[in-house]
Amino acid sequence: MAVAAYAFVLPGFALYALIVLYPAVQTFLLSLRDWNIVPGQPSPWIGLANYVQAFGDPVFLRSLVNSAVYTVVTVPLQIVIGLGLAVLLDSKLPGRVFFRVVFYLPVVTSWVVVSLLFQYIFASGDGLANAVVVHILHLAPHNVAWLQSRWTGMAAISALGVWKGIGWSMLIFLAALTGVPRELHEAAALDGAGAWGRFRHVSLPAIRPATMVVIVLLIIGGFQVFISVLLMTQGGPSDSTQVPLTYMYDQAFSYYKFGYGSAISFTLTVLVLVLSAAQYAWNRSRNKES
Amino acid sequence: MVVPRWRRITDHAIRYVLLTVIGAVMIYPFLYMLSTSFKTRSLILDDPLQLIPSDPTLSNYVTALTANHFGRYFVNSALVAVVSTVLIVFVSSMMAYAFSRFDFPGKRFFFVAIVVGLTIPTMMLIIPQFLLARDLHLLNSLQGLVPFYVGTALGFNTFLLTGFFETIPQELDEAMLVDGAGAWRRYWNLVLPLARPALATCAIFAFLGTWDEYAWALTTLNDTEVRTLPIAIALFQGQHSTSWGLVFAASMIAIIPVLIVYIVFQRHFVAGLAAGAVKS
Repeated sequence: MAVAAYAFVLPGFALYALIVLYPAVQTFLLSLRDWNIVPGQPSPWIGLANYVQAFGDPVFLRSLVNSAVYTVVTVPLQIVIGLGLAVLLDSKLPGRVFFRVVFYLPVVTSWVVVSLLFQYIFASGDGLANAVVVHILHLAPHNVAWLQSRWTGMAAISALGVWKGIGWSMLIFLAALTGVPRELHEAAALDGAGAWGRFRHVSLPAIRPATMVVIVLLIIGGFQVFISVLLMTQGGPSDSTQVPLTYMYDQAFSYYKFGYGSAISFTLTVLVLVLSAAQYAWNRSRNKES
Repeated sequence: MVVPRWRRITDHAIRYVLLTVIGAVMIYPFLYMLSTSFKTRSLILDDPLQLIPSDPTLSNYVTALTANHFGRYFVNSALVAVVSTVLIVFVSSMMAYAFSRFDFPGKRFFFVAIVVGLTIPTMMLIIPQFLLARDLHLLNSLQGLVPFYVGTALGFNTFLLTGFFETIPQELDEAMLVDGAGAWRRYWNLVLPLARPALATCAIFAFLGTWDEYAWALTTLNDTEVRTLPIAIALFQGQHSTSWGLVFAASMIAIIPVLIVYIVFQRHFVAGLAAGAVKS
């Protein structure tokens, strides 16, 4: 029996170990070295020097701030709008599948295509964003060069993040809301609770586990924003919109600083693992309670 | 609970109004892209709110399809995506079969290693993966992409399928075992056909993931003839920075297979959703 089992597991596991597990360990080991890209040349072990450099590197620190800002802006918006849409769709509404498909469409569209699309929308001249913000809403006196400075650039990148992510949180919330027993709503209605009261006191507590999962996964995803920044601003102008992954990528593949890039990767991995562990611990304590 | 008819009608009306307004905002960027892809170069950036081009033209599509090896890139992407998808579904279903049907020494270790790997973001591995690909001479080739696409997708799909296979009753296996069927026949003739919905979910996510993959292809591919579509489209934008119509015509061609897969199989998306997000 065991022989058959290994025949099923080992080919796949060997590939998995080679492509995922071995590089995962290597990321850490590389981060402790001054890696020389030329084969055969010495790559001395330098301990934590890459980490010391990173935490004294204003561009890396700025990249962390940028991804934190991106996360703080995009996560609540995706949750509020996604949940709102899920509530609207959680009804025997004819045509709800059509709306679900429309809202989820950005999620399945390639990051490359939507990043280029938003680069065009946020063009400096008479693009769509300027048409709406300047000419319709009159929020700015003249056309904004969105991608030419830090905060307007981050705003454009965040707008893309929200637009592309809403459908995903909507679908998870919709699945969670569908699982809330009808009887709870009916009982609350008999007690005189209005629509808002039922939402607050019945739906929200019932979907709390799903909400936690969405929050944690969105935060993790927020810190990993990459392709949109790479294509929309390239981290510029002058590194002002760098996020950790674009900076890591730049250091590694433009300057061949593989050791330093690995230190940035590993720092971000630790951040993500801490968030995952926190969610796991929270789930466990919750399961014990109930 | 009996809801009066007028209340149900107002409820639906409010929902439709809100959904339509938000839906219009959500779909607008796509319409804007579609509209731009039919505009001539001079009309681009004319009036962003005018969706119907005053003088629509197919010339961007003709240029995209004929120039710059575009057909080649499309075929490259299709080949890589199809081969990777088949391998991902096949290899991860084999692993999932072992995890759901056998007890063997080290099973826990193997499974935990897969679950731990799920929490590691793929991008964090790109530097050592690049060195590995260089040492294995897998850089700058389409075949070289496949082992990396398959390897990084195995964890998630094995995890998803193991859960599904466990819901298939063991008694069916035992009945086949009595008839003398070996492990392979039970896997191939029993579990795989019964798991078709889950396999479909895996295949869809695997196809979309590999069809759209950008970062790894960008890092490892150099030569023109091995480019995949996402690389080609991003470069298109760099080379023809003012020809947005051309960029979006190419983009539309690239997202059509995705749209078809998505609209035909959209109910499968809910299934693999929560877990799929971990790696996206």
